[in-house]
Amino acid sequence: MALIILIVKIIALTFLVVLPLVPISVYFERRFCAIIQDRVGPNRTGIPLTLLGFKKDFHFFGLIQPMADGVKLFLKEDFTPAYVRKVFFWLAPALTVAPALITVCVIPFGSSITLFGNTQQLVIANLDIGPLFVFAVSSLTVYGITLAGWSSNSKYPLIGAVRSSAQMISYEISLGLSIIPVLLYFGELNLGKIVQYQADHGWLLLPLWKNGQLGLPDLQTALFCIPAFVAFIIFTISIFAETNRMPFDLPECETELVGGYHTEYSSMKFAMFFMGEYAAMVIGSALIVTLFLGGWSVGFTADKWIQNFHFGEFYFGGLIHLLVFLLKLIVFILFFILVRWTVPRFRYDQLMKLGWVVFFEAALINVFLAALILAAPHLAPAILATGAVLLAVVTAALIWVAKVSEPKSGILQA
Amino acid sequence: MPVVKLQRPKLNFGESIYLLAVAKGFLITLTHAIKSLRGKSASAKSLASSGLGVTMQYPEHRWDEHLPEYYRGAPALVTDEQGRERCVSCQLCEFICPPKAIHITPGEIPSNDPWAKVEKRPAAFEIDMIRCIYCGMCEEVCPEQAIFLRKDYLITGLNRADMVHNKEKLLAIGGVRTGLVNKWNELK
Repeated sequence: MALIILIVKIIALTFLVVLPLVPISVYFERRFCAIIQDRVGPNRTGIPLTLLGFKKDFHFFGLIQPMADGVKLFLKEDFTPAYVRKVFFWLAPALTVAPALITVCVIPFGSSITLFGNTQQLVIANLDIGPLFVFAVSSLTVYGITLAGWSSNSKYPLIGAVRSSAQMISYEISLGLSIIPVLLYFGELNLGKIVQYQADHGWLLLPLWKNGQLGLPDLQTALFCIPAFVAFIIFTISIFAETNRMPFDLPECETELVGGYHTEYSSMKFAMFFMGEYAAMVIGSALIVTLFLGGWSVGFTADKWIQNFHFGEFYFGGLIHLLVFLLKLIVFILFFILVRWTVPRFRYDQLMKLGWVVFFEAALINVFLAALILAAPHLAPAILATGAVLLAVVTAALIWVAKVSEPKSGILQA
Repeated sequence: MPVVKLQRPKLNFGESIYLLAVAKGFLITLTHAIKSLRGKSASAKSLASSGLGVTMQYPEHRWDEHLPEYYRGAPALVTDEQGRERCVSCQLCEFICPPKAIHITPGEIPSNDPWAKVEKRPAAFEIDMIRCIYCGMCEEVCPEQAIFLRKDYLITGLNRADMVHNKEKLLAIGGVRTGLVNKWNELK
């Protein structure tokens, strides 16, 4: 029975919720970028009823376009160049998609639904190590990309793959460090419980209610908004780098590397890379929404009320929470897209500098700042003051070192 | 030329911290997005936009009324108000045509024709629209005001033969044109 429920959850949440989000985000990417650039975007692909003699076609605003793209990619010639390492060449696309889809299993998509007295959480695996599991599995993506670049036995893919592995390893550090304040605050690694806590006590970035009552937060929670916001910014930007999205898409930048690591790929193998990239983006947004923006919770003390909606024995509040979560997810994906069409690509040394000099230090200081704020009620004022002064001194020293170690700006360097 | 040493522009604090500059960028792109959704993008009106961005969506909205006066479309033969086809098959257009798209087979006008003194008219006049580059030289060179570039741009066909305009087609596109110099009329 438990196994059947698990399989139903896997099929429903992975194949009916997350995988459709991939083509939808591709569609949004194309439409939104078109609108930003004063164009229209793909709005024609639909059901061609005029071919069957009807008066009008159904366009659905071009929503079928990703499906048509998929069919096109399926029917294209799957070309494997003669000079590649066949085994790794075939393995690499799978290795980029699989981790992204595996990480789906710890994301809480909604609260719980109850059917005939049987309560089920809307999460595939209710692990107690949620974010750690996501980091562990998603860093496997780098193997797929590296193998793709290396096995292609060609210059551009290799350079793309090397860049990608360097970038992902660098940004994983700030990614991991930046959420330590969040985990300190919740004292919990189970994503489902983190979201439940946010539903009860206010979202991490919007703590405007507590225990079912609207109101301003107390001093400690209000102060914690500062490290939370810094963590949010570092985490979001690092996710951009992890998923090879626009300001950091050096592994595949078209102007320098043709297509980067997937230059030699065609047909469905290319589509796998494409899918993996967008799936990683969906999971990244899901993680950000879960940790910082309250996951499935509607907020403003409405969650308890929603959870009690029912038709007889069927409590369906969880489904409304699922919809809310998807809404937040799509808004965040739109933000990803907006960034892609706003911010130009970094130079590689700028990227490395941002990762190692700025974010690493900022995340580290942020951890201590968060710890100081959280420990404040238990500390004597003298210790607290010493801690604050120490933190300020260390911060100033770090900024000074970063400034001094910078090459003299002035004359343009090649 | 001496070496010019370029200086990097000095960034102020807001710019060097990036985030504010990025936020400014978001504002620009979002303004574009909102304007294009409302159909109020810059020059949307003059470009006859479909109401989304500045794009005119082709099969529903057409160029036709927005074509400029000087637009050069398909070349066509004209008849005048007396019903005379004006081409006298002098073949100047055939010789000047840069891509050699025009082929004329000259024919004689029989002596019992009211226009017998014109002597020649094309027995066949073909323009290969695959070759035509719409340069307008035929119109410029024609001594008889017989060939004009019209505003037709929708020239389609399913094979190469479809794309060759013969004389009937050319006359049909050209139609009757009035106000031309009628130098073959009888003197009063």
